[in-house]
Amino acid sequence: MDNAIVRTLRGLGEKVTSRVWRLGYASRFFLAIILHSGTSLRRINLTIREIYFTGVLSLIIILVSGMFVGMVLGLQGYDTLQRYGSTEALGVLVSLSLVRELGPVVAALLFASRAGSAITAEIGMMKATEQLSAMEMMAVDPIARVVAPRFWGGVISMPLLAALFSAMGIFGGYLVGVQLIGVDEGSFWSQMQASVDFREDILNGVIKSFVFGVIVSWVAVFEGYDAEPTAEGVSGATTRTVVTSSLAILAADFVLTAFMFTGL
Amino acid sequence: MSRTTLDLWVGFFVAVGLGALLFLALKVGNMASASSGDTYAIQAKFDNIGGLKVRGAVKSAGVVVGRVAEIRFDPEAYVAVVTLNLDARYKFPRDTFATINTSGLLGEQYIGFEVGGDTAMLKAGDTIKKTQSAVVLEKLISQFMFNKAAEDGGKK
Amino acid sequence: MSQEPLVEIRDLNFTYDSRPVLTGINMTIPRGKVVAVMGSSGCGKTTTLRLIGGQLKPTSGSVKVGGQMVHELSGDGLYALRRRMGMLFQFGALFTDMSVYDNIAFQMREHTDLPEKVIRDLVMMKLHAVGLRGAHDLMPAELSGGMARRVALARAVALDPMLIMYDEPFAGLDPISLSIIGELIRKLNDVLGASSVVVTHDVQESLKIVDYVYFVSAGKIVAEGTAEEIKRSKVPYVHQFVWGEADGPVPFQYPARPYGEELMERAGRRG
Repeated sequence: MDNAIVRTLRGLGEKVTSRVWRLGYASRFFLAIILHSGTSLRRINLTIREIYFTGVLSLIIILVSGMFVGMVLGLQGYDTLQRYGSTEALGVLVSLSLVRELGPVVAALLFASRAGSAITAEIGMMKATEQLSAMEMMAVDPIARVVAPRFWGGVISMPLLAALFSAMGIFGGYLVGVQLIGVDEGSFWSQMQASVDFREDILNGVIKSFVFGVIVSWVAVFEGYDAEPTAEGVSGATTRTVVTSSLAILAADFVLTAFMFTGL
Repeated sequence: MSRTTLDLWVGFFVAVGLGALLFLALKVGNMASASSGDTYAIQAKFDNIGGLKVRGAVKSAGVVVGRVAEIRFDPEAYVAVVTLNLDARYKFPRDTFATINTSGLLGEQYIGFEVGGDTAMLKAGDTIKKTQSAVVLEKLISQFMFNKAAEDGGKK
Repeated sequence: MSQEPLVEIRDLNFTYDSRPVLTGINMTIPRGKVVAVMGSSGCGKTTTLRLIGGQLKPTSGSVKVGGQMVHELSGDGLYALRRRMGMLFQFGALFTDMSVYDNIAFQMREHTDLPEKVIRDLVMMKLHAVGLRGAHDLMPAELSGGMARRVALARAVALDPMLIMYDEPFAGLDPISLSIIGELIRKLNDVLGASSVVVTHDVQESLKIVDYVYFVSAGKIVAEGTAEEIKRSKVPYVHQFVWGEADGPVPFQYPARPYGEELMERAGRRG
């Protein structure tokens, strides 16, 4: 009885300690990436390659989901707004929800599962097959050569993908609201333009997606680099990337929203 | 995938992404109208600002001529002091009358300018003398009820 | 070239998580020779290579390569030293996202400013040496195990290293690939004037090509000598290893309680 309590407490303590330890290690790793980023800039081709794998290959899923999310917003928004007789505010509703929240957040969640997991799996496999070790023995720093370009590729891709997601979503909302339901086109756009502020809404959305890009890329490269060098280790790390970065995105979104939009 | 095709795709991706940002900035947002140059700040005091918010519009003859930059409470005169950033292209007479209006019944509130006849113009740092506070709906309704009751009482 | 040996390991101890992996290792690798480090799996052979390459630091003792203390070098110094080392990893460790050609050109592109034309000539030369010039535009996934090992070998010698390290170069190869790799190890060592360390448990193949052998068991050197001396060795462990006997000083059974006792106990519990 006494023993069980002690054991539970000890287990809990160990778990917390190991989390804190991992967080510290991850932060040190983040610093190492930043310090070793020179190569990614000097040999921009390395980074361009990673933008291709993270950004270009995520295009389809981002565009299609953005379109559908926007269309759903159009339908739902119309349904709600018509009760108050203010359907001309549909453009405002669609664009503000997308630009402020859904664009950055949903795009980042999709990005984490599409590109983040791929980055983790790739780096994890390189570790498991000793490619990273081999690189080290060839006097090439794997953080500079493998990790940093993937990190920056992700960081650059994320805001662009989020912007595409929002633009596509607004287009979807326009299709449903204006073309399908018949909301007045003029008021759809003009009300939108009157209430969406460039600095307050759009720029803040871009800042959000940039932060999410850093989070996802950081988690993805760290989990890959830290993976157990076995098949199970890599698949576990891939799952952890998606779970951890999704939770981190939502938590960071709350903090950022509190700062940006409530005037705290 | 050879290097050139890859570069082409990445170039395409970056271009489309920036295009989307531009679309958001110009077509969805109000950067085109908001960033059209310099502004100058003036102040106006109101007894009650109602639901007016920072970034609310300042309109004259229905045209947006500026934005609300800051709202604060004056603890000595017990009034609200509103700072307005007006578009530098537009000048207004010193006796301009500022009112707080509502767009539609439940819409957001904005400041309307009714232009006076003074020859001197408002300069940066000036304060508008003549203002009218926001219409508070509850007050209006209770006034209406009161009048109605008084009317009914009078008939008897 | 001085006559000082290329690699000198003195009184080396290495402990991992307070578990001793290597104890009191003394090893010398003379210039121009091929030296084998043999022993059963998990006896610390690969650790020895990592200590020479500076990926691990010794707990005590010293590792000297080319007159420099490996474990005392700074990051840059270590990288400079590693440029003159080549290593063949257990399963090749080819970069799976690059073609054979790019794999071999990797170090040349990273460490030199040679024009692409010169790099091309060098890569083709290396590939020719391992007989795979025709495979230069294949991806690693398209290669057989033996071919991948040869490509990895060509990559290990891409910068003409002074020391080549092989981690289990014979593991998982068919007999033909086995002797090809064996011959290549010898040939490349002699042509390049380099020194080689071969970590392996493949006795028959390696005894054909090496000059000197260290036998490691449980983190200690139990025997050393030339190939002939090892074959004639009377040390029981070496004898068992060289002739591949199932039982001997290395027991067939993992340590356990006497089987009879265990059976009796279980029978007792059931009754």
